[in-house]
Amino acid sequence: MPSPRYHREIPARFRLEAGKCAGCGRVSYPARKVCPACRGQEMEQVKLSPRGTVVTSTVIHVPPDDFLNEAPYAMAVVETAEGARFMTQVVDCDPSTVLPGMEVDLEFRLIRKEGKSGILCYGHKGVPGSV
Amino acid sequence: MREVAIVGSGMTKFGELWDMSLRDLFVEAALGAMKSAGVDSIDSIYIGNMSAGQFVGQEHLGPLMADHLGVAGVPATRVESACASGGMALRSAYLEVASGMSDLVLASGVEKMNDGADVTGVLATASDQEQEVYYGVTFPGLYALIARAHMEKYGTTEEDMSWVSVKAHRNGAKNPHAQFRRVMSLEDVMTSSMVAEPLRLLHCSPVTDGGAALLLCPLDRAHEFTDRPVKILASGAATSTLALADRADPADLDVVDLSGKRAYEMAGLTPEDIDVAEVHDCFAIAEICCYEALGFVERGKGKDAAREGITDLGGRIPVNVSGGLKSKGHPVGATGIAQAVTIIEQLRGEGGEVQVEGANIGLAQNLGGSGASSVVHIFQGV
Repeated sequence: MPSPRYHREIPARFRLEAGKCAGCGRVSYPARKVCPACRGQEMEQVKLSPRGTVVTSTVIHVPPDDFLNEAPYAMAVVETAEGARFMTQVVDCDPSTVLPGMEVDLEFRLIRKEGKSGILCYGHKGVPGSV
Repeated sequence: MREVAIVGSGMTKFGELWDMSLRDLFVEAALGAMKSAGVDSIDSIYIGNMSAGQFVGQEHLGPLMADHLGVAGVPATRVESACASGGMALRSAYLEVASGMSDLVLASGVEKMNDGADVTGVLATASDQEQEVYYGVTFPGLYALIARAHMEKYGTTEEDMSWVSVKAHRNGAKNPHAQFRRVMSLEDVMTSSMVAEPLRLLHCSPVTDGGAALLLCPLDRAHEFTDRPVKILASGAATSTLALADRADPADLDVVDLSGKRAYEMAGLTPEDIDVAEVHDCFAIAEICCYEALGFVERGKGKDAAREGITDLGGRIPVNVSGGLKSKGHPVGATGIAQAVTIIEQLRGEGGEVQVEGANIGLAQNLGGSGASSVVHIFQGV
């Protein structure tokens, strides 16, 4: 991934920055220019709370090449208290225990390495919830 | 709008076709469609293709294919909507004939997947690169997330999904074009290797090379080309969010529901009027979702349909008599056209061993991505 492309995603991936629609309050993660709920264009920047609930999940047994060393690993759609939903891995546990309803904390982690000498790419992964 | 008919169809064998290139696949299917209608010239070409640029490094398919078909000069354009590219190409051709712009239009689809590309990586580009692929999800993984959500909401089980695959292979074993012409038992499916829980290998469609083509013309000219034209009653298309996490409910393929409603409304029909259907079973769970979204069964009852024989040959609404994407194969850009080819054969009474008796109205539904685009066509033998 060329670094300018990676750079653009840093606010969302590193700091969980999202957009909240000033009109209807819908939180979009990452932030968008147009609210998908009401088409409003006035957005305020908010930060997602670093925890959420698993909406649905899977365990990847046949991974893409960049994730060969990690399989099998759990992936989930996670919803935060703000109502934002996104895809992430859930780690530091038996992947088969990652099921809908599970509470997870979101931690800053290495996500992938780009090729042999590319940049290290970070973001958030879920881990079993502390509360 | 003018009324539009399909007067010719052609299709290659589906499979790992090492001796055939992307252009070979297109030309064989296109010539088949033109020959079956007895025409040697056409006005325009649409080519459904998801990703020749990534699979074989070839873009700009319009002129390439027109040239190799020997009709260089005619307008020719590629249509892309991931795995729904074929269905969208048919829709484009339909609109061109219906509008009065052209009379003889070729709607085709082609994909060459087995030429050494990283197929998993290419297919993943139909999902959200920044929000999904970045974190390590695969295409089977996305449908596995849909499957688990469906299980949570409706009580669907792995066995329910497995019966869909058993039915697909039972039908596909009778299809001379199919990639995997063999029967699979419930045990074969349920003991196949895990790909993305809860989806096993035999819940997933294969990697396939293939091409398919249809020839369209105004209905009032159809009898110049065939004794058995098939009328296009409706074309309904829809989009949803690209990223699965952004959908209202990951358990339901709402995009199929919306495209189906638009098609039923345009045709003035209801699900009960459909005699035979081909739906997009890229993964077994997708077929179950399509049963519900297209109104063949009530919401939540899709899980029972294959096991109870409702969608089998001889059932209330036979679905995927071709073997579906699972057994027939899934050359992504060609699939939407190939589904329509099957329905055309059925409505002409040319279904052979899998002919649905008295079939007069048929439906083809083609899905893109993890449920981000869908197109439904309804046809009638006339």
